Amino acid sequence: MSSKKLSDEQNEFQEYARNWLSKNMPPPPPVRLPISPIEVSAVEQLGYLQEWQLSCYRAGLIGCDYPTEYGGAGRTDCQRLANQELGRAGAPYFINIVGLSMAAPTILAHGTEEQKRKFIPGALSGEEIWCQGFSEPGAGSDMANQQTFAEKRGDEWIVNGHKVWTSLGHFAKWMILIARTSRHHKYDGLSYFLCPIEGHKGVTVRPLIKMTGESGFNEVLFEDAAIPDSNRLDEEGKGWTVAMTTLTHERGAAEGAGGGGGGGSTHPLEQLIDLARKSRRDGVCAADDPMTRDAIVQQAIVSEGLRQGNRRARVPALTDHPMRIPMQQKLVSSELVQNIARIGVDIAGAQSTLYKLDEKAPNGGHWPLAYMNSFGHTIAAGSNEIQRNILGERVLGLAKSK
Amino acid sequence: MLRDLARSFLDEHLPIDRLRTLVASDPEEVYERGEPTQWDEGLWKQIVELGWTGLAVSEADGGVGFSLAGIAGLVEEVGRHALPSPLVATLNASFALRTSETKEASVWLGRIADGASASLAISDASGSWELADCGVSAREQGDQLVLDGSACFVQDAFKADVLLTSARLGERLVLCVVSKDASGVTLERDQIHDLTRDQASVQFQDVRVSAQDVISRDGLAALRAAWPAILVVVSADLCGTNEWQLQTTVEYAKNRKQFDHQLGFFQAVKHPLVNAMVSIDRARSLLYNAACCVDIGADSAESAARMAKSAASDAGAFISDRSVQLHGGIGFTWECDVHLFFKRSMHNQALYGDGVHQRRKLAVDLIGPIAS
Ligand SMILES: Cc1cc2nc3c(=O)[nH]c(=O)nc-3n(C[C@H](O)[C@H](O)[C@H](O)COP(=O)(O)OP(=O)(O)OC[C@H]3O[C@@H](n4cnc5c(N)ncnc54)[C@H](O)[C@@H]3O)c2cc1C
Repeated sequence: MSSKKLSDEQNEFQEYARNWLSKNMPPPPPVRLPISPIEVSAVEQLGYLQEWQLSCYRAGLIGCDYPTEYGGAGRTDCQRLANQELGRAGAPYFINIVGLSMAAPTILAHGTEEQKRKFIPGALSGEEIWCQGFSEPGAGSDMANQQTFAEKRGDEWIVNGHKVWTSLGHFAKWMILIARTSRHHKYDGLSYFLCPIEGHKGVTVRPLIKMTGESGFNEVLFEDAAIPDSNRLDEEGKGWTVAMTTLTHERGAAEGAGGGGGGGSTHPLEQLIDLARKSRRDGVCAADDPMTRDAIVQQAIVSEGLRQGNRRARVPALTDHPMRIPMQQKLVSSELVQNIARIGVDIAGAQSTLYKLDEKAPNGGHWPLAYMNSFGHTIAAGSNEIQRNILGERVLGLAKSK
Repeated sequence: MLRDLARSFLDEHLPIDRLRTLVASDPEEVYERGEPTQWDEGLWKQIVELGWTGLAVSEADGGVGFSLAGIAGLVEEVGRHALPSPLVATLNASFALRTSETKEASVWLGRIADGASASLAISDASGSWELADCGVSAREQGDQLVLDGSACFVQDAFKADVLLTSARLGERLVLCVVSKDASGVTLERDQIHDLTRDQASVQFQDVRVSAQDVISRDGLAALRAAWPAILVVVSADLCGTNEWQLQTTVEYAKNRKQFDHQLGFFQAVKHPLVNAMVSIDRARSLLYNAACCVDIGADSAESAARMAKSAASDAGAFISDRSVQLHGGIGFTWECDVHLFFKRSMHNQALYGDGVHQRRKLAVDLIGPIAS
């Protein structure tokens, strides 16, 4: 397929990135990494991943297209090439996914000069971990229903409220926070803050336990926590608009545009095929069972379809709507991961009843855990039902659901 | 782009009302009386003049030598307009002629570039798409071949001028061109659901084929080599049909109101349409990739084409199901245009191997052969 020709700068950069990666891939992690950064819970994992992100940042593979005064490399349209090369090299993912893929682009778009200089470099390098405080017990899909309230006192905002499902909150120094600043308007009553978290007075981070029994995300309580007015992003009452910028980038990040590949592990499809070859179902090798073969190949086709969709999306003439393909990727990729895990559970059969601590569990108990964890992806970053609403309304032009 | 030209040409000459009066004026005619499918032969003459039959023929043989990626774009439009014609059949026969690489094949490619139409006659009575399964046998008589047997599921056989037939000669498969008028050839019309094409079983009885019309003495290799392109062409037709069904159903969901809302307001309508779009886009992405793989002669061309055919067939089944259902009562009628595309899609899904067939083949590459 003829995608757009690369510029000289891009060509040179691509070669540089490929070269650098071939020489600088990190050693295997000290502890096995979970499938995505939002599941990282151990400090050893954090340390390993932060070191990797920093070294990629120093090598200029992160923040490629950001201006140099905000810690970027000041290039043009090179980040996607870096991401491509990182993926191709099977590099570990970047831990600071919220900082890198959500906070930094939002600050770049809406921040003051001072905010850009202060916050962007640490977000790109991964030295300052960010988390996202959008969801609340009563405001999930209906994100504008925020109850966390920020009251102006002098040149500070005093925050009270309760955020939930805060990924990486346990490691975070900063949070992108939306809070209500007026009770009179739903959408126009919201403002967006860059809120200090770690060790900040009035902020309590409490781990939540996932259905797998592992920790992974948190709830964050605000009790008279103070945020200086200089940490407000964009105007008071503009929080919803700013949040939309974040969400656009979040949905991109959810399909891997944030850079980095699949945790340096083998592709889940290859793992699945390997499992099929090694497992027996009702006395025959699972890899010889026609139903299992068909199920696996169906997912292989979805996976290849995603890859080719990414290529096709770069050729505008091949679709009638510029967002038609990109907006599908989160939906399709999260369900692909879920389906692969589910087939793994089915192949493992009775053995998939075993928890990871049971020595007999195939692949260290990976399949049932991966299946359960996959719901994190079909729910987070806007559930897939909401994604379908958005696609139906924005791409197909169907009437807006309430 | 060729696609855009094809779209505006077909929009002008084959609007949906024209298609409907051509092929769907009266169900009794086609289904009860088994009358031949109507098609616009004047339109076909224009298509020949535009050079579409020669798209897959190289410049050396007098054609245009278009890339398969370009041809796929054109065929998508053909599917989107459900064009009744021997174009798809002729393109597919051209690919098999091309991969035969003989001087006899060159001559026939030249004739196709000049406007002759052709169709592949390569399947047996069971409808097998295993290329070695062949219901015609050949024997040598001097420098001629004599054919006996039957070739089934021959696409648009009544519209095509000649048939490209495979026949078993001892251990080998030969490919030869047979005129429909040749002595000993009889065409039996299959009564099919699809109103936009015809299909036949072809009987051969002592049919003599002269040396110039024996295209390949290694027909199996030629067909195998042509197969990815053939799968791409039929997938492209499917993708076009799929997209028509999606767009038409989306329009309906925007216009029809129930419970004070447009149908598309309801998620039970919105979500399946999005799911259909996702599966249609998957098939199209895989289609363009497969076409490019064939164009550059990649080793992965066959598996890429099988992926495209599997995805396009499944997307076709899904959007067909939903497009009838979401049109409600009207969708269930002869009066609604949806059934024209529903039937063309269903036909294409089965043709040259449905999703399950393709995945069974792909599984061998991906997982390995089944032991035992
Ligand atoms: C692993 C994980 C990590 C997360 N990380 C973060 C984070 O770091 N920061 C953060 O702010 N949030 C985070 N979230 C929260 C996430 O964004 C919300 O869980 C999500 O938006 C759904 O909201 P909810 O949980 O309140 O479910 P609800 O909105 O109550 O939805 C419940 C069910 O109803 C469906 N539903 C709701 N509304 C509609 C509708 N209009 N149409 C159709 N179906 C509908 C949903 O799809 C879902 O199936 C995370 C969630 C998970 C699972």
